[in-house]
Amino acid sequence: MLAAQASMSAIEIQIGGFGGQGVILAGLTLGRGLALYEDYHVSLTQSFGPEARGSACSVQLIVSDAPILYPYLSRPDVLVTLSQEAFRRFAPQVREGGRLLVEETLVRPEGVRPDLRLWAVPATRLAEELGRKIVLNMVVVGFFAAVTGLLRPESARRAVSESVPLGTEALNLAAFEKGYACGVSRLAAAGAETAFRPLPLTGRS
Amino acid sequence: MKADPAGVLTGTHFLDGDQACCEGALAAGCRFAAGYPITPSTEIVERFAQRAPQVGGMFIQMEDELAASIAIQGAVWAGAKAFTVTSGPGFSLMMEHIGFAAMTETPCVVVDVQRGGPSTGLPTLPGQGDIMQARWGSHGDYEIIALVPSSPQECFELTLDAFNLAERYRVPALVLMDECVGHMTEKVVIPPAQEIEIVPRRYTARPPADYQPFEPGPDGVPEMVRAGDGYRIHVTGMTHDQRGYPEVSAEAQQRLVERLVAKIRGHAERIARVEETWTQDADIIVVAYGITARVALRGVEMARERGVAAGLLRPVVVWPFPEKRVRELAARARAFVVVEMNYGQVALEVERVVAGRAPTVLVPHAGGTVHPPEEILAAILAQAPAREVAR
Repeated sequence: MLAAQASMSAIEIQIGGFGGQGVILAGLTLGRGLALYEDYHVSLTQSFGPEARGSACSVQLIVSDAPILYPYLSRPDVLVTLSQEAFRRFAPQVREGGRLLVEETLVRPEGVRPDLRLWAVPATRLAEELGRKIVLNMVVVGFFAAVTGLLRPESARRAVSESVPLGTEALNLAAFEKGYACGVSRLAAAGAETAFRPLPLTGRS
Repeated sequence: MKADPAGVLTGTHFLDGDQACCEGALAAGCRFAAGYPITPSTEIVERFAQRAPQVGGMFIQMEDELAASIAIQGAVWAGAKAFTVTSGPGFSLMMEHIGFAAMTETPCVVVDVQRGGPSTGLPTLPGQGDIMQARWGSHGDYEIIALVPSSPQECFELTLDAFNLAERYRVPALVLMDECVGHMTEKVVIPPAQEIEIVPRRYTARPPADYQPFEPGPDGVPEMVRAGDGYRIHVTGMTHDQRGYPEVSAEAQQRLVERLVAKIRGHAERIARVEETWTQDADIIVVAYGITARVALRGVEMARERGVAAGLLRPVVVWPFPEKRVRELAARARAFVVVEMNYGQVALEVERVVAGRAPTVLVPHAGGTVHPPEEILAAILAQAPAREVAR
């Protein structure tokens, strides 16, 4: 049933990187947490062209307290980049006053607009501490949860467990915790608050 | 009857439309799929190939779309519920066998995840250019049923409905998705099996001596048997008599084609389904379906914010076309604005049914992305009485 959106309050999120970095899985994990365990309306779209097979790829989420009618991103409120190419392509599109999250060893954030708030996470290093660089995407998911405040850590943890391949839950949850702790400490060090308070939701559990 | 719990993935999920479509088929009791995977429909059979063995089902990758679309019909006559999935170029190749299914009254489901066309077009981007092809693409006169989902949730629900309608009327039922709903991931709620109503195959209770495979019941639909159950059956794409034997005559042709058409047209108002938003007091009726209906609703909202009485009529079942409802609205609407990702297909139907009682305006789009809502708003405002438009 389509429903009209009476008072739309939506947040747009984009995650960009190289195909193979787990960008799409990071988006699906956040989307699952937001849609199933925070009860937001969430529409996720992803790149399906040749870019999804190795070059720059991205995933887009629209998160809203009302049914989502227009399915595509206009300008992201939060951009997460895991590659210099994604940063170069997508950073100019971020909405005024938006948040920019970067993987600090993979992205050199040059020329960041002064209206944007920049947060950097050493996701590769934190993942390597767990012995598996491949879980850097779940480090990023943890960091995102901490600095945006959009979803509760317990919602994100459930989503991580249900999104990653069977048998890898513990490793991925450990990666999530490293990213989350890093986000919490960097937020505190900057004396900052999370980017968002929860959207005003009707019937939110 | 209720759904077989084995195929029902009860719960709240985060699925794309393709995955949800696959779950709709499994919930409906579909246990056989044949396909020649093609973007953007591949994820449906990819999931089916993983899930089917868990529920006693089977997926076969065939050599092409002609083979896929006839293999499912073999499975149906052997007793299975079956479907195939495709997109643009593959849909064109399946036309021959969609006609065969209509002629042989083989209940089956064909899913077309529409992409930009013609020809190879835009494999990874949406289109809605196959609406008329779904209705008229095979040669000769026949009727089919086609459903158009607007969300992953509806990809689940309408695929399930397509299987039920196929069995109820013994026709090919088509699910006309588009790349956007197919590849978009949203929350999908799958109910418990005991809450899912399934239309079983209409098997005969008659003994073999009294049974003719194409003898129509009171509603025009014949009863079926399974090949190998001891009944004499003959299934042919040629014009046939009630025994199923070829009969090359004008009389047999008249009897058969008239019945194939009447069994759907005679039940058209029961099959037709629309969803309406703010149409009660609307001067301007916007008609849109699939992903476009969502964007069109945004345009309608923007028009309402400007004081223009616009409303949305969304065909959920596009074939048979919801003639009765469009005719009712035409009696009082000031204009119809048809928004579709093609250059005028459903707009022709609206125009035909409205029959000059109000102007019908097309807002076309060649595909590749959805309409900007502002474009839809502009088309609505252009039809609004001047006093209503508070710019």
